[in-house]
Amino acid sequence: MQIHETENETDGSIDLMINMGPQHPSTHGVFRLVIWVDGERIIKSEPHIGYLHRGSEKICESEHYSQIVTLFDRMDYVGNLNSELAFCLATEKIMDVCVPERAEYIRVILCELNRVASHMLFYGVYGLDAGAMTPILYAFREREKIQNLFESVTGARMMHNYIRIGGVKENLPRDFQQRLHEVLEHLKRGIEECDALISKNEMFLARTKGVGAISGADAIDFGVTGPALRASGVVEDIRVTDPYSIYDRFDFNIPVGTYGDCWDRFYVRVEEMRESVKIIEQAARDLPEGDISAAVRRIVRPPKGEVFVRTESPRGDLAVFLVSDGTDTPYRVKVRAPSFANLQALEQMLQGAYLADAVLILGSIDLIMGEVDR
Amino acid sequence: MLRTQILPRKRKTVNKKPSPSRRAREIPIAPPRLDPRGEELFEVLKGVFPSGLKCEIGICIDIVTITVPKESLVQVCQLLKDAQNLSFDYLCSISVVDYEESEQRFEIVYHMVSLSTYYKVAVKTSVVSADPVLPTVTSVWRSAEWFEREGHDLFGVIFLGHSNLSPLLLYEGFDGFPGRKSFPFHDYQEW
Amino acid sequence: MSLSEVFIILAKAVILMLSVSLVVLVLTYAERKALARIQQRMGPTRVGFKGILQPVADSLKLITKEDILPTWADRGVYWLAPIAVFVPAFLMWVTIPVTRQIVVENLDLGLFYITAVSVLSVLGLLMAGWGSASKWAVMGGLRAAGQLISYEIPFIMAILGVAMLAQSLDLTEIVAQQHSVSFALVQPLGLFIFLTSALAELGRTPFDIHHAESEVIGGPFVEYSGAHWSIFFLAEYMNTFTIAVLTVLLFLGGWSWPTMPFEGFLHATLSLIWLLIKTSAVLWLIFWIRGTYPRLRIDQLMAFGWKLLVPLSFLNIVITAIVLFYGLPLWVLTCLSGILLVGAVCIIRLNSSSSMERDTVRLVSAKDVRSKAKFSPLETSGGAE
Repeated sequence: MQIHETENETDGSIDLMINMGPQHPSTHGVFRLVIWVDGERIIKSEPHIGYLHRGSEKICESEHYSQIVTLFDRMDYVGNLNSELAFCLATEKIMDVCVPERAEYIRVILCELNRVASHMLFYGVYGLDAGAMTPILYAFREREKIQNLFESVTGARMMHNYIRIGGVKENLPRDFQQRLHEVLEHLKRGIEECDALISKNEMFLARTKGVGAISGADAIDFGVTGPALRASGVVEDIRVTDPYSIYDRFDFNIPVGTYGDCWDRFYVRVEEMRESVKIIEQAARDLPEGDISAAVRRIVRPPKGEVFVRTESPRGDLAVFLVSDGTDTPYRVKVRAPSFANLQALEQMLQGAYLADAVLILGSIDLIMGEVDR
Repeated sequence: MLRTQILPRKRKTVNKKPSPSRRAREIPIAPPRLDPRGEELFEVLKGVFPSGLKCEIGICIDIVTITVPKESLVQVCQLLKDAQNLSFDYLCSISVVDYEESEQRFEIVYHMVSLSTYYKVAVKTSVVSADPVLPTVTSVWRSAEWFEREGHDLFGVIFLGHSNLSPLLLYEGFDGFPGRKSFPFHDYQEW
Repeated sequence: MSLSEVFIILAKAVILMLSVSLVVLVLTYAERKALARIQQRMGPTRVGFKGILQPVADSLKLITKEDILPTWADRGVYWLAPIAVFVPAFLMWVTIPVTRQIVVENLDLGLFYITAVSVLSVLGLLMAGWGSASKWAVMGGLRAAGQLISYEIPFIMAILGVAMLAQSLDLTEIVAQQHSVSFALVQPLGLFIFLTSALAELGRTPFDIHHAESEVIGGPFVEYSGAHWSIFFLAEYMNTFTIAVLTVLLFLGGWSWPTMPFEGFLHATLSLIWLLIKTSAVLWLIFWIRGTYPRLRIDQLMAFGWKLLVPLSFLNIVITAIVLFYGLPLWVLTCLSGILLVGAVCIIRLNSSSSMERDTVRLVSAKDVRSKAKFSPLETSGGAE
């Protein structure tokens, strides 16, 4: 048997180097983490990414603007609508298009539903990471309801391609309000049930409390955003502090953690689901009639310029930097993926943790490799 | 070891460049339309930089831009981060744009946001094709680490002083810089 | 030994093997169904009526799969490991009676034999871990060794308490002693220690650390496939069943029925059914725990074992000895044991709740943040100068 080992500089003992991933079941995709362990304790870690690099940014440069939306679907494949929105907002900003009210409301409703679905997935998978089999099935039951609603609206369960430049693809189905109401009722109960299922479990608390803590200042320095940043006690939500679309019209709360440990990151997301439901309810109440798309040509040629749009995706600050040279294809699209930046803080979080904690810490960042590698 | 080779063009590729008639079309330029916060930042920024520092404050649609030569990049970034009324503590992203035909080929854009005053600003610097080297800003923000690695990986821009510029998104031994405009898009084959 | 004796022993072994295998098949089905109920699923439904042939299909699939040998594997150790795990699991059944009459070979030192043999499976897990030449497998194997050895102590101590009460190591005798009152009522603490450490011995949730899917990817079994993997699987379920039966025999009164009017065959059948009913209740508890709890971390597991279970198991023996030595009535032991059990639970709860602040996530109203973040030229321009 061959074991690659390195000598520990401090006490001369031998550290074992283990390769976690890219086929490890709990790395949430094709992520590779090389860790050096002393027994069960992690001495050093080194993340390796790029296994899912498809060159999306480069492909964007050769596609028409309207064709790019579907590429964005495949970046954050759990929060599809949120990433679609980011690109559409950037293009609209550069073209100075005014999106009709109804389309804005539809976008908000669907994006928030998408956020709940994404957090539900996180919730379930996190339970699995901790070794509890049951939560994921409860989470998927709720997520399924949302997916069904998506299917009735967009025609697809995951890769929607629904949000278009200047509005949305199609009008809502006739019984949308009623369906949405049913889904929301289910969700409200489901979120409480999920919360009761594991959040107060002694063993779960013992596993996650104080594990992988990161301070607010460190988190900002590493570029951590979204729920992971809020868990560290920083009040920052782009929907509120730098509002896009019509998010400034809704009344909701921003859940903020204290210690920035795994439990805070977990529970911030659970709370966020509740807040998202509140937003959806308000948006559904105010949903106006009218056009669903601005008059935008199919092949758009925005004026020359550069825009930088930040949006709050389920994982954090999803920003799009779009350079247009006046042709029908963008000159450069740069996606600032939240998971990519959040992952940088992993090394810091892993310091001194146990091997078993590595899985939980990794899970608590809520990685989507499609977005990290692009 | 994995090798890549760039094969000669096999099939007829569509000329992606705009046709002369389209090029002749006058390309409109998006007008600046700053929000009040941006306008204020524009005013504030004028007083921040010492007179010796070469930098140009401009507006690009809705974001204030600061164009600096690469020599004073780190100084400007540090200033932006430390200034009491700005405190750009959060580096949002570093983007490299390849302007193939321009002399200053690579433009590196640093987008940063202040989490206390909610200003956002873009700092731009550019490097020439022959010598794509510029100083790293990892000493200012640690988040620059991976952004710069990515920039080096895809565009071949060298960030001087970066602790580890090994490939991040590409595999070891990848030949070429796929982010560049000159990298063949269709006729590229792995192994 | 005459030929007929050899033949009888062989026949017994074969019958035992077959019946235990059958039990394992039923158990996999039962577990899948039970977990499915907990998780709002149907469980297997396709193969046979309500999916009852699913275990058969599964085992056929496993047997026909390719056996994969990793290049760097230590061949001999790698192939022997499943046997080393399976044989002790099987050997334990030699002396476990399922009724007064049905037992392969009732030993006077039955309990002693069982505890001795049950430790052997650690060796197999270590062999599997080492032989696989995978770091994850080694890690799993070492975790298994650490875990199994440390929980062996409270496990044996809990059994010892029962042996003291019954004044015997013969399982049939122990059951007979519980004719009037089962030992679970006399030693609730013993039952708690026994079940907890047994779960750890089995490596079932919340102690499934050595083959944790999300951490060490199946631990020692990570490289195994097909028939060899299924032998590990078989041994694991066999052990689960063994532990459930032992719990019933040692603490829940076994097959003893207050007034059993029948004798002979009918008695044996009814006793067996009664035992199996009790056993399935214990099994259901084990499945239930699996469906409910997350996994502990290795240091928490060790702390729980050494700091709580080991002292408790010693206390259990001490109070049993005191009660027996002074000839006090058994209800005194029940009270003492019960108080200790409640005390232990309190300690666990206090420990966890004192070290853990619960409400660390607070809600900040978006309105407040908005009003703070809202652009107000007067306020900010003042600060800008």
